[in-house]
Amino acid sequence: MSLALEFRGITKRFPGVLANDAIDMKVEAGHIHAVVGENGAGKTTLMSILFGLYPADAGEILVSGERVRFTSALEAIRAGLGMVHQAFRLFPTLSVADNVVFRDEPTRRGMIDRAAGAEGVGALAERYGLAVDPRAVVETLPVGVLQRVEILKALYRDARILILDEPTAVLTPQERDKLFEVIRRLRDAGRTILFITHKLGEVMAVSDRVTVLRDGRSVADLVTAETNPTEIARYMTGRQVDLDRRAPAHEAGGAVLTVTDLTVTGQHGRAAVKNVSLEVRAGEIVGVAGIAGNGQSELIEAVTGLRDVPDGSIHLHGNDISTSEVLTRRLAGMAYIPEDRHGVGTSHLATVSNNLLLGHQRRDGFQSKGWFDRKAVRHHARRLIETYGIRSGPINSPVSTLSGGNLQKVVVAREMSHGAPLLIAEQPTRGVDIAAIEFIHDRLITFRDDGGAVLLVSAELSEIRALSTRILVMFDGRIVAELDPAEVDEAAIGYYMTGAHEEALSG
Amino acid sequence: MFDQLFDAALFDSVVRAMIPILLAALGGMICERAGVFQIAMEGMMLSGAFAAVAGSYVAVYSGLGVVFAVGAGVLVSLMLAFGAVSRRGDPIVLGIALNLMAIGLTGFLLPQIFGVRGVFQHERIDGLDRLAIPVLSDIPWIGSVLFNQTILAYVAFLLVPILWLVLFRTPIGLRLRGVGERPLAAESLGVSPIAYKYGAVIASGVLSGLAGAQLALGNVVQFAENMSSGRGWVAVVAVMLGRAHPFAVFGASLLFAFAEGLGFRLQGNGLPVQITDALPFLVTLIALIAARKRFARLLDLTTGG
Repeated sequence: MSLALEFRGITKRFPGVLANDAIDMKVEAGHIHAVVGENGAGKTTLMSILFGLYPADAGEILVSGERVRFTSALEAIRAGLGMVHQAFRLFPTLSVADNVVFRDEPTRRGMIDRAAGAEGVGALAERYGLAVDPRAVVETLPVGVLQRVEILKALYRDARILILDEPTAVLTPQERDKLFEVIRRLRDAGRTILFITHKLGEVMAVSDRVTVLRDGRSVADLVTAETNPTEIARYMTGRQVDLDRRAPAHEAGGAVLTVTDLTVTGQHGRAAVKNVSLEVRAGEIVGVAGIAGNGQSELIEAVTGLRDVPDGSIHLHGNDISTSEVLTRRLAGMAYIPEDRHGVGTSHLATVSNNLLLGHQRRDGFQSKGWFDRKAVRHHARRLIETYGIRSGPINSPVSTLSGGNLQKVVVAREMSHGAPLLIAEQPTRGVDIAAIEFIHDRLITFRDDGGAVLLVSAELSEIRALSTRILVMFDGRIVAELDPAEVDEAAIGYYMTGAHEEALSG
Repeated sequence: MFDQLFDAALFDSVVRAMIPILLAALGGMICERAGVFQIAMEGMMLSGAFAAVAGSYVAVYSGLGVVFAVGAGVLVSLMLAFGAVSRRGDPIVLGIALNLMAIGLTGFLLPQIFGVRGVFQHERIDGLDRLAIPVLSDIPWIGSVLFNQTILAYVAFLLVPILWLVLFRTPIGLRLRGVGERPLAAESLGVSPIAYKYGAVIASGVLSGLAGAQLALGNVVQFAENMSSGRGWVAVVAVMLGRAHPFAVFGASLLFAFAEGLGFRLQGNGLPVQITDALPFLVTLIALIAARKRFARLLDLTTGG
């Protein structure tokens, strides 16, 4: 067996954290090797060290048996490494071909030879089954295609070792399956793939071997065919995890939120939401599934009052709130966990305590004679921190010092403690670790069981399926399907998410 | 009335008004493409004008004036590059500071070096000659206006198609635009955003310096306090209005120069000077409001990512 990549005793210490603790990992050439671990397990640090973003405190890295120490991404590329980042690193206004050949442009008499570039990129794309038009402008392409462009960038530079960082986070199930096909084809062509993920189903589906990281250590190195998701999850978390939780169905009550024939204008004046009607009743969670950019954000913005409603109506408990101020809607009984917890959900310079207070400050007991009652504010913050298990330093430290999971808990705690009958939850667990996901899911289910109504938008189909009483699928600004989570699998939801059913009808 | 207004002399004054604006705007355009919001052209131009007069005075030769002007522009641009690129300072704050510094510094050095206040004229100051291009300059109307200009005017005109080629057809242009659009993506492919941003800011220093030289040795032969009088700011707007595209920036510069030339002419026709002086900026204001959405997008591009 020959090793494409080997980590030996990689150690990296940041102030207060041991991010990588003597990590050993061997990646065989021509294999698909998965690296799994929760957030903070050390995956990102390990890859950053590999690509020379910062040096390791101890240990060494071998590429094809030779010791390397890169000081820049360029050196790593030259040594045959290619990285597909989770957040794509593409130039939106440039063509696919220009994105791929960037810095290695074919030239003729000093000018870029665009014909040669497009041809080369097209040929490369065809060889590995990466369907993409080299002349298309990147910003017009869907995310699934953007990922192919990223892979092409690595292949164009002849990467022998391809590293994919959480590559499926933005993909539909169909796109994901296509990606897996490409990965297998690359492996069969002799390339090595390092697949970083936290989704165990994908590890099982595509990898040959898997390394599990936990708390900065590599705790297991397994042959995929000889293990199972439960075992991997146990290594990841250090405890037994129930992976297949399903919220039992519940009897729904009266309508809390009623949206009727809603049309919303998005960016560039195009209709982003088209004639949407939906209802959320007390005691149910309505999950909205869809590929990002199909009107979910605009729908939520219209319901929460952040975007004008040109046509249609929104009723909360029978009261028309279509043109109401945000404050009026909140007072009428609406709470909102926004998608962007940094920009919208929190005020990142304000303290933990003040962030927990936001929106509650008008209530009795927090103010007297125009001044805050500091004692009441403190008490409120401490109570929420305790109830929601938020790990934070002093409550007067800036909220930006919190980790992603704890920051999200601050938003969840604040919004769920309003006692509002309607909760809008937008990507409530994105980017948080398994423990926080479990906790937030439990909270949402308890809220539902207590008679709350939840409108849930999530890109995570497993989350939609695990929590929803009913699933609505959005495509091109419309609701194209209403599904029962007990009766459909992810592939079926994905089928509607891509609009495939309409092609089937019209074709 | 119109016969009196629109004649070859008017167009000559439009072209003369246009050259400094165009040179500065082309520099600003390069910066915009590299993702540096450049508003220090005013200060660079003024410093360039002062240095041009000083250089020409020392050698009694306009060539040295141009060299001095470029040097002064580059000097100011290095301050901007260091502050905005190396130290990641806010380019708007830095730009305003540099513009104010240029007014103060040239106003201070004028009496210190040349012993005069306000305006400095001297027979030692050698102006830029007009170079008539044979044959072409004999074309009636257009010829005498377009092909009887200073060398810097020809440079400015030629730079428009050249910069278009460089930006959109060459590797260096592709990388520059990439750096401006997504510095992280460029860096991950081994293109240094810092190097390209420095290059762009220095290029704008060179071009704004030339704009100053044209102003003080071409359009007139003298230095007057604050003689750039807002042309650098007009160039900023020309970059935005032209969406950092060479030909569109050319068009925008022409529009503003036309307003300036027309204002100058109307002044001769008896309109109060305060109103005619305001004309270029009135046009700028209208342009800003009319193209509001474009600016939103451009600002988004430069401040985001």
